[in-house]
This record gives sequence, structure tokens and C-alpha cells, in this order.
Amino acid sequence: MANLIGARIERKEDKKFLTGKGRYTADINLANQTYAYFVRSPHARAKITKLDHSKAMKAPGVIDIFTGDCVVKDKIGGLICGWKIVSQDGKDMKCPPHPVLAKDSVNFVGDHVAVVVAETLEQAKNAAELVNVSYKLQKAVTRTEEATKFENIHEGIDNNLSFDFLLGDKGKTEEAFSKADKIVKLDLVNNRLIPNAMEPRAAIGDYNTSSDELTLYTASQNPHLDRLIMSAFNAVHPEHKFRIVAPDVGGGFGSKINVYAEDVVVAYASKKIGRPVKWVAERSESFMSDNHGRDHVTHAELAMTNDGKITGLKVDTIANLGAYSLVLAAVTPTYLYAPLVLGIYDIPVACCTVKGVYTNTAPTDAYRGAGRPEATYVIERIVTQAAKEMGMDQAEFRKKNFIKKFPHQQCLVHNIDSGDYDAHLDKAIELADYKNFENRRSQSAKKGKLRGIGFSTYFEACGVAPSAVVMSIGAGVGLWESAEIRFNPTGNVSVFTGTHSHGQSHETTFAQIVGDKLGVAIENIDIVHGDTDKGPFGMGTYGSRSLTVGGTAIVKACDKIIAKGKKVAAKMLEGKPEDIDFKGGEFILKNSNKKKTIGEIAFACYLPGTFGDVKSPLPEGVEPGLIETSFFDPSNFSFPSGTHICEVEVDEETGETKLVKYTVVDDFGTVINPLVVEGQVHGGVAQGVGQALYENAHYDESGQLTSASYMDYTMPRADNFPQITLDYTCTPATSNPIGAKGCGEAGTIAAPAAVMNAVIDAVGSDVSMPATAEKVWKVLKKNGSKKAAA
Amino acid sequence: MKSFNFKSATNTKEAAKLVSGRATFLAGGMSLLPAIKLRLAAYSDLINIKKIKGLSGIKVSSKSIKIGATTTHAEVAGSKEVGKSIPSLAVLAEGIGDPQVRNRGTIGGSIANNDPAADYPSACLALNATIHTSKRKIAADKFFKGMFDTDLKKGELIESIEFEVPEKSAYAKYPNPASRYAIVGVYVAKLKDNVRVSITGAGSCVFRSIEIEEALSSNFSPSAVDNVNISSKGLNSDIHASAEYRAHIIKVMTRKAVSSC
Repeated sequence: MANLIGARIERKEDKKFLTGKGRYTADINLANQTYAYFVRSPHARAKITKLDHSKAMKAPGVIDIFTGDCVVKDKIGGLICGWKIVSQDGKDMKCPPHPVLAKDSVNFVGDHVAVVVAETLEQAKNAAELVNVSYKLQKAVTRTEEATKFENIHEGIDNNLSFDFLLGDKGKTEEAFSKADKIVKLDLVNNRLIPNAMEPRAAIGDYNTSSDELTLYTASQNPHLDRLIMSAFNAVHPEHKFRIVAPDVGGGFGSKINVYAEDVVVAYASKKIGRPVKWVAERSESFMSDNHGRDHVTHAELAMTNDGKITGLKVDTIANLGAYSLVLAAVTPTYLYAPLVLGIYDIPVACCTVKGVYTNTAPTDAYRGAGRPEATYVIERIVTQAAKEMGMDQAEFRKKNFIKKFPHQQCLVHNIDSGDYDAHLDKAIELADYKNFENRRSQSAKKGKLRGIGFSTYFEACGVAPSAVVMSIGAGVGLWESAEIRFNPTGNVSVFTGTHSHGQSHETTFAQIVGDKLGVAIENIDIVHGDTDKGPFGMGTYGSRSLTVGGTAIVKACDKIIAKGKKVAAKMLEGKPEDIDFKGGEFILKNSNKKKTIGEIAFACYLPGTFGDVKSPLPEGVEPGLIETSFFDPSNFSFPSGTHICEVEVDEETGETKLVKYTVVDDFGTVINPLVVEGQVHGGVAQGVGQALYENAHYDESGQLTSASYMDYTMPRADNFPQITLDYTCTPATSNPIGAKGCGEAGTIAAPAAVMNAVIDAVGSDVSMPATAEKVWKVLKKNGSKKAAA
Repeated sequence: MKSFNFKSATNTKEAAKLVSGRATFLAGGMSLLPAIKLRLAAYSDLINIKKIKGLSGIKVSSKSIKIGATTTHAEVAGSKEVGKSIPSLAVLAEGIGDPQVRNRGTIGGSIANNDPAADYPSACLALNATIHTSKRKIAADKFFKGMFDTDLKKGELIESIEFEVPEKSAYAKYPNPASRYAIVGVYVAKLKDNVRVSITGAGSCVFRSIEIEEALSSNFSPSAVDNVNISSKGLNSDIHASAEYRAHIIKVMTRKAVSSC
């Protein structure tokens, strides 16, 4: 069983998913089930003057209709911001009320107004058309940079400003800039994205009128957290009588962290009518009402010496929170963003301000990378610009400014434990054949294409997170993780993790860890997650934390199993526990040929005594059973880093950009399964390329979402990609015993800057994301391209 | 989707009879069914015409190709006869939607729907097609009347579309990156008597570009359009492409089509 760490093992979960046997929330059908359909606001901003559902109530099949008045009457709490931050003047951020069903006003297209519960979905939809809501329309604001100048959209929140955050030393930074030889300035837009998980959100509330138990099936990344929030804040049901099941979940990307209005409402409605209530989002509902991501407007400045050494960084960002503040809405553009703008450069002083603003758009929150793609985009764009203005080579400029010694305390927040940035940059340059780029550029020019190359040398802070640190800056919970290892009497193992797998391949990688640690065949290890009734409380999956935090909890639980096993083995082998070695699934008495397998030990733990020929008495004071639980709280974040090098060809006639070469070298510390990691990087790069070239959540002047379907929202597709070249370097993390750093978000974090740097290199001037064909064509035409004008 | 009655017709007369009131014909359903599902359309009855014998199939003569209304895009794309006499038409069919759409969607359904960004209407205009219906023959030039609007009367069923075999022809599509419908699709055909150029995706309805036809008539080469001034007036403008960009792409796609003729 040895050497499972680093083994390229095919995913255990592939069989069910690839043969259509996954069991998602929408696949679950309960006896006596009813169907919910939400009445949503067609307007970006309006007062609700009247809501009349009398006609709808009489429609065929309608069981009940719930409105904002109902949830107020039944004291159902609103949705919360789970991590509140403090403005630079010391005041708490401002959060507007966010009822699960709107009572007086609506604030974005798709805002939840009422829910119709009927015998069939069609009946619910037909009746929903009869719910008569009278709206008094108000002017709406959607654009990030206009929010603070617009009238207040929420009462008591002046200038639509939720917070004005500052990180870093303003005075010292200004001083560095006053002494700088050269200052580079850049204005950037980080476009709004829609997460687009393959599985739309879904929820089924199932209240048992006999036992008073409430079960909610929901597509969630963190069922225990959902239960905590829905019990403590939404007052749906007491925690001990409330079970949340997140079965197979088809992708989350952060959009399934939040407790959404629909989760609360179907649970509440089921209690009200005493029958299961099912809701499955239509794709257009996902576009409108899933949390969106990014949406920043930024001004950045970099101070340098004449020889290209960075001496300071200033970043001012406006972040669009959308209509309300969701669970991680405030931390994402602040603590997950501002410390990261330093990148992997040794920058002595810096400051970053972030204004969080409300607009009449779908609320934003964590989306794959959450703050770190935005930060990487800022630093990797401005560093590229700086190298160009200095007339220095991209790679040389970066190397000159890289952090070289570890641990390294950055000037803002993070203390980076390990890394070797030259190593991944050098390897990537080699793999990408950087030295021959100009030849390739000439070859492309012969075909009438403009070729460009772009670098992104990124780092990120993930493995979230040390509880004491995050709670000191506003987190409403600690971010430790749990694991429980249950040996069954027959020797196979059930592993309960508080993380959740919705594409991360935990069933395989966690089994590799346990198999490697305990010497059990991975087919005899079952990874169990996603059900609050099964394993211990856990914090879920986001922020590339599952392996570093959740995996470590598993390792620690394994250590406890081994420790107990040694005591039992010592008794059975007539030695002392300190004389027992454990290796490859066997407990061996030192200097002897006496040994017991871990299966025999498990058997003994469950059948302590004599059973036929088997004598397996437990030592005195040792309890029967072989179950161990561990809770792990990391001492630090982990800091993966790497280099992406992208080459594009731009068609001068149409402005179309084609990705032609893409190279990635990552330092993820210890890799458990390269096959799984490469899948994560491929997917992450695809999403990052999507942001750079294709994706854009577009609201028109009136606040209508004009990119609310796949007819208009451009997802990256397989034919948009060349083969991606992948490799690794490795400096193990020191903050967890596995040495892992996390890989789930890295592709999305690094890729946008690499692609945009390449596009800008190709066309010779600034282009904003997404670099659509028309946008690039306009730039080329402005630059005097004859082909673009012809 | 609101519920409806599903009926199958076995001949065109029966189909015409069944289609009274809030009823409509159903061929491949690749546009109609999504519209119903999205509640953009609702009907009391859908009359399935796929069981009508003789509505499907491809007939080739030296001067024309006649394609039955319920012939699928995949059948046209895969037809050896079409590939031989009007290869650009097979290429066009191969580029519609995805394999699922090509296996269900029909040529008759496509032109009856007359989506402003659909591919087939451009082929009809450029290849001087005749639309044979249950009641009459309609010249393509008179068939496409406006956005989702045709000359078809209530209960009138398309039976086949007859395309003139050109000396040479090509279709060049610049796809919308999201939907992959045409942002601009240009169909260029050099017929026995004249050059016809039709454009889809760019306006509210497929149209012929007289300026380009004239330019190509005197000089059938890609550079012929270099000095043609394509006005952006009246062209579509949306989040994917402005009218100005579409006007430019019309020229780029025309050059591409002519050079692949």
C-alpha cells in the first residue's frame, strides 16, 4: 500500500459520474412531494406597492403561496453577511436588511418576492403568472464606479458605501512614492462573472411532522455551516433537529457557499404545509440569482528605482457588492484581496484601499479564487507594464524583485513559509521555449496574425484558515476542519470529512492518504461527506482548504488510530507499545517476527476476548472500538505559487484572439494525485481564460441582465484551448504535516493576467477584459492597422 | 412548458386541417420547443409533420437540388449529392448548432422560423431558391419578410426548397462566441445569370447586398469588396457586436467566402 502519495490513480468517483449515475438534489424525489416556483422581480429597483395573490391561490394545484409578510409574521430571519469588516475610520461595515422574500422593495432583477407551492411544477409556474405584484419603479444603478455618486438605494447607507477599507501604511507608502525614481500607473477593470456550476442550485425541504425533524437536501459546499446559519440566524429550525444533506453536487466555485433565500424558503414552506417542497433552479434563475463574482474597478501605482527595483505599491479599488451583502461578500474584496496585491515580490511598503459599494445587481461573493484572481490581475499587469516601461525583459524584471528568502514576512499581512520563485519561472521559461518566441512571432506575422506572450507569476494564500487569525478580523466562525476514521469490525474503513467534494475528487485523494497512512487498500476505504447526520461538524470546501486543512485532520485521526493500535498490538504480541512499529498496515514487535495486521487489530477492538482460536484481549484501560476523531486548526495559511506563460494570436482583420500555447509550472508543495491536480489546473485555467477573453455579466442601463443565458453569456469551450503544458516544482508547506499547499483555485487566479498580458503584447496597447474580438478590433483600428480598417 | 395536444398528420391536407386555432406545425422542434419551454410561446395543439410521407428527402437534377421540408441538417450535411453539386450548402448544414440540433432540426423548420441569425435563409436567397408549399411556389426573394416573419399564410405548409445549382458558391460564418449563431454569415453564389450575395445575422432579417453583388459581378475576387462601402445603418447592435463591427465583418466574411469559392 506504500507510495500512494503522488500516485496517478484514476478517480474512484468517475464511474458513477461518467455513466450518469450521480445522485444530485434534483434526482431526489420524496413521497408526497410538492413543487416550489419563485416569483422574482423583473425590475432592478422598485418599491412593492401591492401584492395580490388571491387569483393565484385559486389556480389548479396550488397548495399555498408565501410572501414577505408571511416570513415576517413567522419570524424567519434574513440572509446574513458572515464575515463583517471594519472601515478605516473604525466603523463597522453597513449591511442592508436582506429578507428571504422581499417585503417592501426589490433591488435587483431576480430578487425573490414570493413563492408558489403546488402539486406540480407546471401548476406552480402557471399560478406564479397570476401573482399580481404592483411595483413603483425607481432609478437603478449598476455600474461599480457610479455607485457612490448615485442616490442611496438602501435607507441609511449613504453614498451606497458599505465600507471603506484600508490595509497598509499610507504615510510610509506616500514617502516611498515621493522618493521613487519612476512611477508606473494603471487603471483596471475586473469584469463581473457568473459562476455557472454545471448543476444549477436545488433544494428540497422535508419536514417530518411526527418527529419534528427537518431535512434539507441542498446543493451546498458546506452543509454544516448552512445548518448553523439557518438555525442561528434564519430561525428555520433548531440545530439538533435539523439535518442538511448535500448529496452529489455538480460544481460550486464558491456559488454554493451561501445560504440562499430558496434554501430557507423551501425548508420553511415544508414546515408550513407538512409536505416535502422541492425547488430546482432553471438556468436563467442561476444566471440571475447565484452570487456573481469579481466586479472591481482599480487604480494602481508602482514605485521603482532607476534600475528596476520595486519600492512601493498603492492600490485603490471599488468593489461592487451587488444589492446586498452575502456571507463572504465583504471579506472577498478585502482580506482575501488586499494582502495579495503584493504578489511574490519583495515590496517594502504598500497600501490598499477598498470601497465596497451597493448597486442594483445580483449580490457578489466568493467565486473560484475569491479576491486572489483580482489581486493577481493587479500586480501581474502592473509588473508587466513596469518591465515594459523600464525596457527590461519580463522574466528578468520579475526575478530582480522576487522574494528570495523564506520565511518571508510581507509588509501587509502574510508570512510566507516556503517557496522558490526562480525555480518555477525558470522551468516554465524552458518548457514554453521562451527564447525562441520572437521566431514564432515572425511566423505568425507571415500568416497575418499578431502574436503576443504574457507572464503571470502568481501566489495565493489558501488552506483557509487559522481560526484565531480570521476571527480577529471579523470571521463569524473558525476555519478548522474535522475528520473521523471509523474502522469497521471486518477491517474496512469509513472516513468522515467535514469538507465537501463537488468536483475536487476527495473520494480518491483522501482514500490515498488513508491508504498510505494505514496500509488499507483504497477500495476498502469509503470517504463520507455531505450529511450533517453522519460525520462531525465541519466547515466545508472553499479556499483550496480541503487537503491542507481537511486532509490534515484525516492524517491526525489516522495517527490516533495507529497509537491505539500499538497499544492493542502490544498486548496481543506480548510486548510494550513503545516497541511496536507500524508499517505498511502491520504492527510489528521490534526485533522479532511477531506482527499483527491492522485488520486483526480492528477485529480485536470490536471483539475483545476469545473467539474460537482467536485470542484478542484488549489491554486494561483501553476502550473497545476503533474510531478516532480529530479537529485540525492550521497555524498559517498555505502559499502555492507558480508561473503561467501564455501565447496568443490575434487576427488583425477581425480582432479575434486565439490561445495558441499555454504553459503552467506550479508549486503546490506535496501533490497527492497528479491526475487530479492537473484536472483542477486545466479547469482553473479554462475559467481564467474565460474571464480574460469571453465571460462578462452585462447589465444594461435599466438594470436588466442582458447576458442571462448561454445565448449571450460566453463560456469558454474545448475548441478555444490548445493542449496545456503542465509541470511542477515542489517546496513543501510547513504549516501542515502533508506539506500540501492547495491547487483548486490556482489556475483561475493566474490565468487572466497571463492571457491579458499576451493580448496586450500582441496588439501593443491596453485592452480591458474580456478581450472580445470587437474590443480588440477597435484598438487595432485606433492604432492604425490597415487590415482592421479594410 | 404549458401543456398542449400532440397530434400527428399523415398527409399535408390533414396537417392543414389540424392546424386550426391556436395550433402550429412541429417539425424538428429545435426552436419551437425551447420557446414553449421558456414560455415565450404557447399553443393548444402541436401538429407533428414528420410522419408525412414525401416531405423528407433530397432530389438532384443538373440545374437544381430539391430538399424536402423535414429533411434534417445532418442529412443535408451528409448528402453526397449535395456535397457534389452545391458543396457550400453541405458546409452550411454542417455548421448549424450542435450534433443534437443537426439530427433533429429541419430545413423547412429553419426557414419557416426565419430567425435573423439562422443560416439557411441566406442559402435560399443566394441560391435563388424556390419555396414549394402546400398551396403555391414562392421565390426566396419574396419569402423572407422580416424578423421571424415569412410570406407563409396560416395553415400553409412548406413541402420542399429548390435551390439553383450555382457555378460556384461559398458560405462564411462569423459565429457569435456564446450562441455560435451567425453574428454575420455571408453566402456568395455565382449563378448562371448573375452573382447573388446574401447576409444573415447582421440585420433584422436576411438580406441581399446589392453593392457587393455589383462589385463581384464585375470582378469575382476577394479584393473586389475592398472599396465597397458597407453602411452600418440598420444593422444589428448588441452586446456581442455593434453595427459598425458587423459592417466590417460583412466585408471580411465576403472576402473569405469568395476566396473559398
